[in-house]
Amino acid sequence: MCNLIPVAKTVGANRIVPTISIPYPLGDPGTSREDQWKLRYHRTKVALESLATDIKEQTVFRV
Amino acid sequence: MKKAILYVNQFFGQIGGEEQAGTAPQIHEGQIGPAMQFAKGLDAEITHTIICGDNYMGSNTEEAVAEILGMLEDKEFGIFLAGPAFQAGRYGVACGTICKAVQEKFGVPVVTSMNVENPGVEMFKKEMYILEGGNIAAKMRKDVSAMVSVANKLINGEPVGSAAEEGYFPRGIRRQVWRADGKPASERMAEMLVKKLSGEAFETELPIPKMDRVPIAPAVKDLTRARIALVTTGGIVPAENPDRIQSASATRWGRYDITDSAQLCSGEYKTIHAGFDPTAADADPNVITPVDALKVLEKEGVYGSLHPYFYSTVGTGTTQAEAQRMAGEMIPYLEEDHVDAVIMVST
Repeated sequence: MCNLIPVAKTVGANRIVPTISIPYPLGDPGTSREDQWKLRYHRTKVALESLATDIKEQTVFRV
Repeated sequence: MKKAILYVNQFFGQIGGEEQAGTAPQIHEGQIGPAMQFAKGLDAEITHTIICGDNYMGSNTEEAVAEILGMLEDKEFGIFLAGPAFQAGRYGVACGTICKAVQEKFGVPVVTSMNVENPGVEMFKKEMYILEGGNIAAKMRKDVSAMVSVANKLINGEPVGSAAEEGYFPRGIRRQVWRADGKPASERMAEMLVKKLSGEAFETELPIPKMDRVPIAPAVKDLTRARIALVTTGGIVPAENPDRIQSASATRWGRYDITDSAQLCSGEYKTIHAGFDPTAADADPNVITPVDALKVLEKEGVYGSLHPYFYSTVGTGTTQAEAQRMAGEMIPYLEEDHVDAVIMVST
């Protein structure tokens, strides 16, 4: 899970799930606690599901 | 004539082999060991040779560096040389360590030499001229001569050529230069293109870093039974940072028990990462290490179970070599607990 997708690609990560920023990858403090939770829950779930997904090449998963 | 000082280990300093590797630093007037080879071509007089055992430098680095800097304080010298260290790992790291300290303290140029396989190369190549040397001491004459060539330019205030021209490890420094041939980029580019089209060899002016391909791990077969671990380079640690992980260029990591934590609470955990504003992560560490979400997803049965520790280090300025080593140290813990897959959150 990362914000800098090009870096993740360069260093060879294969399953990539985008986050929203560098200092707060999974919850924008400018939004409500509830929104932050929703975003974090959703993206973490996508990351878990990506681990169970067959891929043939480096893949950036949709969030 | 300018003056130079050379650093060598106990072996090249003719004190002894491995049994003398614990020797504390000593300084001798005049030229010992490789110093005599340097003296043949160097445009400076080697006035002193410093000798230090590799183990002493490796295990008592702070003391060794302080002692040597102390010895140098009243000496007059315009350049500092170390090695060549060939493929000797401890010696290479020692050369890099002392060169860095001398360069910082006295502001003089430093030059050393190591084989590409020497771990000192990865650690120090950006900070100093490390000539690409041979793997064994039989290459002494050649390695010394390459060091002398660069050292003489530094001594005489002449420009040092590019890494490829001089044979040192690229330092990642870009400079603007007037080309001797005066050929503009457009022409050079067209020439390269023509060569490429006709299948001829050409040399790029902008090497793209090599992609470090990792084989794709097979998908977890049954997520509902999988054991998952959480790892981060975002520097989340218990507030007192018990493992003293560095805020940048980290070489340490820690693992922290989250068995009884429904989430990571502000105040108990924080980030020590120096590469971004920590306000958001200090206020809610879960924005980097989503322990709260993972606990709920575990309860909901989306996946099997969460490994009881999360693993943390700091990713800023950290070399790939260090990162790889730290990962290698974490993996046995994950394997021991039969972890099936890992979520890595980077910042």
